Amino acid sequence: MPVDTLIWLLPLPPLLAFFAIMLFTHRRNGLSHGLAIGAVTLSWLGSLVVFWRALQAQDLAEHPWGAQLNWIPTGNTWLQIGTQVDPLTVVTLFFVAWTILMIFIYSVGYHNYGQPRGALDRPGLPPQGAEIQDGHGHRHRVPSVEPMYARFFALISLFAFAMYLLVVSDNLLTLYIGWEVMGLCSYLLIGFWYARESARNAAVKAFLTTRVGDVFMLLGLAALYTLTGSLNYRAILGNPQILEVLATTASPIAGVSWAALIGLLLFAGTVGKSAQFPLHIWLPDAMEGPTPVSAMIHAATMVSAGVYLMIRFFPLLAAGWLPGQPLTLPMTAMAAIGAFTALFAATIGLVQRDIKRVLAYSTISQLGYMIAALGIGAYVAATFHLVTHAFFKALLFLASGSVIHGMEHGVYHSGEHLDAQDMLNMGGLRHKMPWTFWTFLAGGLSLAGFPLVTAGFWSKDEILASAFESNLLVFIVLGVAALLTAFYTMRQITLVFLGKPRSAAAAHAHESRPVMLVPLVVLAVFAMAAGWVGVPHYFPVLGGQLPNWFGAFVGSMLGHEGELGHAVFTPTPLMVSIVASLGGLFLGWWVYRTQQDRLQDVLARPLGGLYRLLEHKYYVDEFYQAVFIRPALWVAEVFFYRWLDLGLIDGILHGLARVGVAVGNLFREVIDRPVINGAGDALAEGTRDVGVRLRVLQPGRLQVYLLLALVAVILIGLAFFYYVGMV
Amino acid sequence: MSFPILSAIVLTPLLAGLILLCLPAERRDWVRRIALAASVLVLGLSFWLYLDYDTGVGGYQFIERHPWLPDLGISYALGVDGFSLPMVLLGALVLFSGVLVSWNVEERPREFFAFMMFLATSILGVFVSLDLFLLFFFFEIAVFPKYLMIVLWGYPKTRDYGGMKLTLYLFIGSMLALVGALALYFNSGLRTFDLLALEKAGFPVAFQRFWFPFVFLGFAILGGIFPFHSWAPDGHVAAPTAISMLLAGVEMKVGAFAALRVGIMLLPEGAAFWSPLILALATINVVYGAAIAMVQTDFKYVIGFSSVSHMGLVLIGFASLNREGLMGAGLQMFSHGVMTALFFAIVGMVYDRAHTRDIPALGGLVRVMPWAAIGFIIAGLVSMGMPGFSGFIAEFPVFLGAWQRAPWVAVIAVLGIIITSAYILLVVRRVFFGDMPVALEERVGDVSRKDKGVIFLLSAIMILLGWFPSLLTPLVESGVRHILALVGGA
Repeated sequence: MPVDTLIWLLPLPPLLAFFAIMLFTHRRNGLSHGLAIGAVTLSWLGSLVVFWRALQAQDLAEHPWGAQLNWIPTGNTWLQIGTQVDPLTVVTLFFVAWTILMIFIYSVGYHNYGQPRGALDRPGLPPQGAEIQDGHGHRHRVPSVEPMYARFFALISLFAFAMYLLVVSDNLLTLYIGWEVMGLCSYLLIGFWYARESARNAAVKAFLTTRVGDVFMLLGLAALYTLTGSLNYRAILGNPQILEVLATTASPIAGVSWAALIGLLLFAGTVGKSAQFPLHIWLPDAMEGPTPVSAMIHAATMVSAGVYLMIRFFPLLAAGWLPGQPLTLPMTAMAAIGAFTALFAATIGLVQRDIKRVLAYSTISQLGYMIAALGIGAYVAATFHLVTHAFFKALLFLASGSVIHGMEHGVYHSGEHLDAQDMLNMGGLRHKMPWTFWTFLAGGLSLAGFPLVTAGFWSKDEILASAFESNLLVFIVLGVAALLTAFYTMRQITLVFLGKPRSAAAAHAHESRPVMLVPLVVLAVFAMAAGWVGVPHYFPVLGGQLPNWFGAFVGSMLGHEGELGHAVFTPTPLMVSIVASLGGLFLGWWVYRTQQDRLQDVLARPLGGLYRLLEHKYYVDEFYQAVFIRPALWVAEVFFYRWLDLGLIDGILHGLARVGVAVGNLFREVIDRPVINGAGDALAEGTRDVGVRLRVLQPGRLQVYLLLALVAVILIGLAFFYYVGMV
Repeated sequence: MSFPILSAIVLTPLLAGLILLCLPAERRDWVRRIALAASVLVLGLSFWLYLDYDTGVGGYQFIERHPWLPDLGISYALGVDGFSLPMVLLGALVLFSGVLVSWNVEERPREFFAFMMFLATSILGVFVSLDLFLLFFFFEIAVFPKYLMIVLWGYPKTRDYGGMKLTLYLFIGSMLALVGALALYFNSGLRTFDLLALEKAGFPVAFQRFWFPFVFLGFAILGGIFPFHSWAPDGHVAAPTAISMLLAGVEMKVGAFAALRVGIMLLPEGAAFWSPLILALATINVVYGAAIAMVQTDFKYVIGFSSVSHMGLVLIGFASLNREGLMGAGLQMFSHGVMTALFFAIVGMVYDRAHTRDIPALGGLVRVMPWAAIGFIIAGLVSMGMPGFSGFIAEFPVFLGAWQRAPWVAVIAVLGIIITSAYILLVVRRVFFGDMPVALEERVGDVSRKDKGVIFLLSAIMILLGWFPSLLTPLVESGVRHILALVGGA
């Protein structure tokens, strides 16, 4: 099959699976997940073929593969939808294909396929467990199958379609379509257990917050299309003249070029989608969704799409910039927001007790790393971290889902009422769940950047090295964030797996089924090994032993002059990287090894007010509520609706009506009665009868209204005549 | 001479209405069947029209022309172009859906269906008229069925007020438009009401600038332009379900369409001169309507104000006076018509079963009426401009066009997108999810099979159009080409 056709076909199988499940098989669980997994397996296979072919291709960056299709005709230019595969697409496709497939397989176990139905289960609530009787007549409570099992697979299939579409797209329009469809799936899947109020609220919050970013992005699209007449990547980004013109023409905003303005607008879309400050608030709440959703949408793929957009549009964001020169405005914004978010989210992550929320803040923080890296021009490093992060963060989420499952198992056994996601209720799980422990450890160490053996180390080190060269402030902020990351990671590992169980449920936790463990192992391999493809050639001892394939492959996207890599080795960033990682890990273990209390974190008392500030996430939600949401509602409700609409606009109408009635009465008193009434009583008598009968049909004042309308029209007409006459 | 398909489309409902009025009142079955047959016939003919229209040739097709009052230059002239054809299709669709959801009207069904048919004739007539006088004639006769249906079958608490307000605004608009139309007639020196002739009349610029607001605003009032929009929510809410569907779904398009055809197409210089003001008013429409929709507690008022907001996008598209804007406006008229008809149909279904439209008193309806919930969500996604649904392919070009004309319009109007998402999601969350109040438990049941048919039909059209915009875009584009030739836009 020609590779162009194959690329078209990548997104389609999951879409077909979505429709097939929704329309035909939604009552049959096994068939539904078979269809969904079969579909993403096809896409996965196709992606690997594309990947394999791309490895052998010459000059893929210069001559990407692709095909076009006309979709919305807009006159002479067509808004085309099409596909394009270049090195960036290839590496993105690689991690997307693997994580999606693994998460699909994992979902079978996570939603308890093959278990009995629970008596209390109903759609919209997580399964509550079922009672079964074994051969000896003992009653056990066991996990029950998810009531909306098939629907879950339908929705994640639709999501997979949108993600593939986004990745293979060759233009902003198709990217935006995939982007929005993913947003919709995210909304539907966060609110999957819609009978829980928290899930409903989280879903709405996620959708609306990302929408704020999306509308800026839409404006960016409109501006770009107006200026260039196209939304195609190659037509815009592959054309140095267009970039040059955009970078040198002033936009309506003083001192900002069009390239910078469009860059900022697109970046606003990323801020929403990749949950960067100040639009980060939705992602932690999004943990209300089932864990595979958190792993896929809110860690590996959808939130990565925001970073992908920035990487894709790097030539525009950096238009007019050369390494060593002052950063462009969008780059400065990215460096500032990215670095700030990396640190900000890491501090909140320190005090979270929910196992998934720690990971959520960690995701925000790591995405901030990538954005910051891109902001300082570290194109390859940002892409590298995007790939490694997708693997180890998906792994961590899936492993945490396995932990929660194990804890729920324990809860069924012990009958306690406790939050199965609260890490303070756990402890000592390494004995009960060894597979989960070792894979979680792999992911955690990778996240913490444990030197040499983890993928996260290589990508993070590269970002730190670039930052050290170009911007010391960014370097310091990211370095501190790296320390905090290692700290909260080890805190999590210590609280969950080490020490002794702090609840009966934890003592009776149970390892998950193989269908959940196999994806963990596969992802753990990537979380460890994915870094070896990008070992920089200057690295002591190891450098040059392995070819820096990633750097060369992705770096070719920037053309020949764009080799932004740093050629010389400097020991400082490497030392910082290693010290932050090992130091943070040690501290995390050292502080939490003594945690015994199930109610309070050991740091809560020593940190006091600071702890509470972090616990309340710096009161950002409360701030938005007070500053944006309540005033907006007030304006809508009181100003627009009560004052303007009901008060002024309707008031004028009602006032006119009242004047009309008064005038009518006046006519009647002054002219009608004395003059005309006298003339013909008989006629008046007849008229009144008709009038009374009309009154039944029409409540009376219509004629008056109409008369008034005529008067108003004449008055407006006269005023208008003078106005235009003067123009 | 070929078969006069346009006359057949316009006159079928009229004929059916007259037949209905001649039937004995107690023959309910016959009444419903005749109404359904007439609407199916109209729908079928419209679909045939859609298939038979040659987009390669473009321009006005299926033209019929008979002298009516030759001394005054008035003729019975019909024809459709790429812009009006989707409107005819929309009118036929909503009529058909309206008949189905009104199947169980208890109160005087004979008159109900007859008036509905008269309204349909008036609506379809405006879309296919090629004569200014004829267009006005059709435009005006709508007032009788509209007013009577609201006052007689409407929501008892507000029907008198709503009906009166709607009629009043319509008359104010008509008078403005009529004055303008007469000015066109006398000034052209052609002594004709023929729209095609008037298009080429070449009115002086000063004349165009002066008279454009009369004509445009006069018609646009029925399109819900700010600050003359307030008839719309009150009127929609007061009307019975099928009439809300027709009013918001099609009548508002009649206003916008006439404003385009008579205002912009006959007085293009005037349109260019006044477009900043129209853009400003329409932008207010978008944001203001959405903001008010967000704080409504009456389910039906939410949708009523959302129509005000969405019609703003149509007007923005018109006033952009460029290819993208006009394309978007044409698509948005169709898309919004289908969407809002579905919205009102579902609101009606909910009200018929729950006997309340108070949002806090509703909840958890997804469990008992899943079809209604899914239909509402689909319509909601259309109104948010979600890709994969018709709203996206309509709103996206509108924003492109607006940015080209005046970026600030796009910047402010996108706020409408956020607010729209907010009110749609909040309503979905409260009405269809959440906990069902105990009071509703026993009395709310699932929707009927005919209701499901309507939900399926309208949803399917919006999804189909979202995936395959080329079902409609070549058609609309051929209409836009003609308009652009008149306004001289790029």
